[in-house]
Amino acid sequence: MKLYCLSGHPTLPCNVLKFKSTTIMLDCGLDTTSALHFLPLPLVHSPRLSKLPGWVSKDGTLNLEKELKECAGRVFVDSQPEFCLPERELLDLSTIDVILISNYHCMMALPYITEHTGFTGTVYATEPTFQIGRLLMEELVTFMERVPKAQSATCWKNKEIQRMLPGPLKDALDVWTWKRCYSTQEVNSALSKVQLVGYSQKVELFGAVQVTPLSSGYSLGSSNWIIQSHYEKVSYVSGSSLLTTHPQPMDQSSLKNSDVLILTGLTQIPTANPDGMLGEFCSNLAMTIRAGGNVLVPCYSSGVIYDLLECLYQFMDSANLGTTPFYFISPVANSSLEFSQIFAEWLCQNKQSKVYLPEPPFPHAELIQTNKLKHYPSIHGDFSSEFRQPCVVFTGHPSLRFGDVVHFMELWGKSSLNTIIFTEPDFSYLDALAPYQPLAMKSVYCPIDTRLNFHQVAKLLKEVQPLHVVCPEQYTQPPPAQSHRSDLMLELQPPPMPYRRCSVLGLPFRRRYERIQLLPELAKSLVPAEIKPGISVATVSAVLQSKDNKHILQPVPKPAPVPPSKKRKRVMEEPPELLSPKPLLSGAVPLEPFLATLHKVGDFLLLPSLSPSLSFILPQHGITEVKVEETPEGHILHLQTEDTLIQLEEDGTHIVCGNNEPLRTTLRDLVLRFLQKL
Amino acid sequence: MPEIKVTPLGAGQDVGRSCILVSIGGKNIMLDCGMHMGYNDDRRFPDFSYITQNGRLTEFLDCVIISHFHLDHCGALPYMSEMIGFDGPIYMTHPTKAICPILLEDFRKITVDKKGETNFFTSQMIKDCMKKVIPLNLHQTVQVDDELEIKAYYAGHVLGAAMFQIKVGSESVVYTGDYNMTPDRHLGAAWIDKCRPDILISESTYATTIRDSKRCRERDFLKKVHETVERGGKVLIPVFALGRAQELCILLETFWERMNLKAPIYFSTGLTEKANHYYKLFITWTNQKIRKTFVQRNMFEFKHIKAFDRSYADNPGPMVVFATPGMLHAGQSLQIFKKWAGNDKNMVIMPGYCVQGTVGHKILNGQKKLEMEGRATLEVKLQVEYMSFSAHADAKGIMQLIRMAEPRNMLLVHGEAKKMEFLKDKIEQEFSISCFMPANGETTTVTTNPSVPVDISLNLLKREMALGGPLPDLKKPRTMHGTLIIKDNSLRLVSPEQALKELGLTEHQLRFTCRVQLQEPHSDQDTLNRIYTHLKSVLKGYTIQHLPDGAVMVESIVIKVTSSAEEPNLKVILLSWSYQDEELGSFLSTLLKKGLPSGL
Repeated sequence: MKLYCLSGHPTLPCNVLKFKSTTIMLDCGLDTTSALHFLPLPLVHSPRLSKLPGWVSKDGTLNLEKELKECAGRVFVDSQPEFCLPERELLDLSTIDVILISNYHCMMALPYITEHTGFTGTVYATEPTFQIGRLLMEELVTFMERVPKAQSATCWKNKEIQRMLPGPLKDALDVWTWKRCYSTQEVNSALSKVQLVGYSQKVELFGAVQVTPLSSGYSLGSSNWIIQSHYEKVSYVSGSSLLTTHPQPMDQSSLKNSDVLILTGLTQIPTANPDGMLGEFCSNLAMTIRAGGNVLVPCYSSGVIYDLLECLYQFMDSANLGTTPFYFISPVANSSLEFSQIFAEWLCQNKQSKVYLPEPPFPHAELIQTNKLKHYPSIHGDFSSEFRQPCVVFTGHPSLRFGDVVHFMELWGKSSLNTIIFTEPDFSYLDALAPYQPLAMKSVYCPIDTRLNFHQVAKLLKEVQPLHVVCPEQYTQPPPAQSHRSDLMLELQPPPMPYRRCSVLGLPFRRRYERIQLLPELAKSLVPAEIKPGISVATVSAVLQSKDNKHILQPVPKPAPVPPSKKRKRVMEEPPELLSPKPLLSGAVPLEPFLATLHKVGDFLLLPSLSPSLSFILPQHGITEVKVEETPEGHILHLQTEDTLIQLEEDGTHIVCGNNEPLRTTLRDLVLRFLQKL
Repeated sequence: MPEIKVTPLGAGQDVGRSCILVSIGGKNIMLDCGMHMGYNDDRRFPDFSYITQNGRLTEFLDCVIISHFHLDHCGALPYMSEMIGFDGPIYMTHPTKAICPILLEDFRKITVDKKGETNFFTSQMIKDCMKKVIPLNLHQTVQVDDELEIKAYYAGHVLGAAMFQIKVGSESVVYTGDYNMTPDRHLGAAWIDKCRPDILISESTYATTIRDSKRCRERDFLKKVHETVERGGKVLIPVFALGRAQELCILLETFWERMNLKAPIYFSTGLTEKANHYYKLFITWTNQKIRKTFVQRNMFEFKHIKAFDRSYADNPGPMVVFATPGMLHAGQSLQIFKKWAGNDKNMVIMPGYCVQGTVGHKILNGQKKLEMEGRATLEVKLQVEYMSFSAHADAKGIMQLIRMAEPRNMLLVHGEAKKMEFLKDKIEQEFSISCFMPANGETTTVTTNPSVPVDISLNLLKREMALGGPLPDLKKPRTMHGTLIIKDNSLRLVSPEQALKELGLTEHQLRFTCRVQLQEPHSDQDTLNRIYTHLKSVLKGYTIQHLPDGAVMVESIVIKVTSSAEEPNLKVILLSWSYQDEELGSFLSTLLKKGLPSGL
């Protein structure tokens, strides 16, 4: 069993597990932090961005002014933003049988894996993950396609040139593998390979492995996965939360008794408490609005935004800001809000019981009804004529490189009345703001990451007791910026097995058993014998049938009766079938009881029902003339009349006789009576 | 022999008060707990005294499963759980859990408040009962206890309707509840995987009907409604608040839109608004088309259909009214019916099945004079139309489900005996499986023959699979030998060698040495060579070799030749073999005794 690690990003994992005869990809996250190296894509012409100077090396030898622009001392690529894909060379992607998706953030690289790679497998995801994942992909495509860039920059990627660029561009990894965004058609094709599953649904893969999604408590439909056979169990934990937000709580108990637990997707901001951040978010927002400024919240179109809206729904009235309009701007804003209301089964109990009333589970339905929250597909159209300031705008993309947020940065960045509040933890807010510098607008960093922190995960692991833990190497040491915080890492016994991008780990497994079914007819024919107290054995001779990784033992078919014909005599002389071994023997033949049986045997053999041919071989009154001789290893029995020796030893019996087949077989059966057969 | 027992307490050769007991692998499960619409006395509820004469059911039942929210499937639930007493788990889907208590409360109000019955369950009992309900999702495998697991499949029929697989070890039963094999305007079609249950318990409401295409029925329905409205008549459509009503509403709504009709459409009872809300919130349970378009246009927001007020019934001019309940046995639909029955311009369309004893059943049978309360008779002049829109599988659909699930036995419930008989014959003929149709209180027993799961050592399995080759010979199957170790309820199959080792036993070698005397006028070595040549010709496919110490070895059997100086022509051939080679050794000694052929 092996694990191929195709992504080094701990929260956007992409691992491939080879387990029994199956090849299973666990998530395919897309690392979009690479977009931070690019210039923002404005929706309307931005004089500021277009006037940025091109980059020329200090000595003037390297001129890349068409491809690279300089802003406030940093260099950005002037091209459509590109993404860092999971590794595609480590193994043949066409051999992947299934892809298991744990949440909608971890499926964004799906089209890169399933399209143009020869992939023919199935993708498993829950319905909310599938639906919201689709929305996020469609949103990404729209962001890119509605502002097409004519040229794409490639010169800077040349190894020789990249080496001479200023940081952080110089240090960007694998830039040659970065890819532009996929197309709608590729998204549709990728999503057509998805098969929907429900929590605790047992999905059989080729009869060899069973996979089951479990609620992970992180987002709508988010799951951890159990991958198991009858004897081995791998738990894949990705993006889980123990906080009470909107999703169904995490199912922890089903993770118990794992041989291996693959742990990814812990919180990216282990030092921030989500509740505290939420409080800070609200107070900063109120402060800005009261002062007459606008608040910009760059966010994803699904997820924490539902909680933010719910929190504001309660907060705004109490803060006397009830009239401040909220705008949610995204090509999928409407769909996201609508979809959130129809997944009752996937929500926490509290929200579920609202649906039973029947009422919408999220209060943003009421915000929309009362016109407090308005949503628009983009800044163009109705929004431009309807919007009032001061206001709160929720819009994407949180990288600030594309989407409607770019427009608001240009619009509001110059005024110190306005505030941008970062809530998504995926991007460094300083890097995100870099191409907008100098900036008058206030910026507040309130990252809300509800995923497990190190304290919670230590408790969880203590509870579920996996034999081995595999995790990204980042979790085995404190964060680089806080190297003294040994509490911000995993400390386990045995120590976790770390992985990095392109690692191939051999998982510590020894498979020893497989499930097989004995057909009832066969089971009935078995004769168990107790050989030790509480332990019985039975010898099994059967025909093995293996189909679709399922194994069945059936009785050996009786040989077809030989038709009485002239050939019959020849058939008798056929040598016996090869490969029909006898059972192994164990135990010892005790002298006295054996002798006693020997004496009786003659009488037995005289019975008319037994072979009459024996009577002339054996004396009339049993085998009486037995000479017993003691040897260092045991005894030698000499059957004088029959000129036969029987050597009885602790671990062996040797019968030496003349060519008297009936006698030999009789003695054989006598000896067998005292031995156990295995 | 393991057995599965099925006993209907209700819905055995009958429609109404569905309640079926299943005993499987030592577990007892109650499937549905319904009431009968046709009775007002004790027969209204299943006879729970069958389970136990005295007291509570908790210790007799491991769980109760409710297939959908129709009262003939859940109407007796509070009575069973609160008045008889059951504290175990009750399973149903989320939409059923949401809607079921509303219909129960409605039913309770009609029975207690309007008819003044006492000794009936209370509102509090409905609430207490619902607290025992554990909601489940489609395809989720729910572990009721360590051995019993259940899984729900989509059934169509109404919002949240499910079929259930009940499994203990390798034995399983599937109960369909009510289901529909053709998608309609708001729900999808039932689906199940090839789960091969020991028994498939299927409803058989439309056991003998093969319904014509859905499109034709819809066109027919619209035509009749349209004609009546055109000539100024009123159309009454008795429905249950949830289910068929929504489908027909969608149908009329789109038709009104297309034809630009003005006649008002009303929907009675306060449930409507609520009902439509449920459909909106549980939209994932509706059909693909509605799910796909719900963001742009929610099919359950009707423009033409308005709430009904009792006073509208006397308004002049045409109108269409949906009113509850669906069988005209009580409530608003019956009141409106009484008002409109005398006018032959009007029409009543019965879109579903009517239980015996209801007004609906009577008028469908052509009764023109109805005896009402207080000896009054009601003349039925309006046109009575029956259009089967109830979403039950027809004969074709039932056969289709059998093909999907591939059951070993079939058991029919929820239908009329005569019709079941017909379908039973058909099923037995077409699928060659037994089909049962027990009456209420009658037990069907099916013996199962489960195979025995065993842990086989991977070494042994791999060795066998390698020896068997990629394409095993079907005519001459390989025999595998192993030792089954039975210890503390675990069954492990290992190779005999491994068994010896594991159990700490030493092998006991049993060997034979056999002397065969032959007259051979050759040297010892020549004799050995002659034996070698002879055996080579007789034993095809065996390994035969000369050993350096002057012996011949056949597989692991050693053959030596000696002679004495006195009688050099009397050769003594010594064959030595172990018990594992018993057959070959015995064969060889017998063979050599016959002497060597002279032609060598």
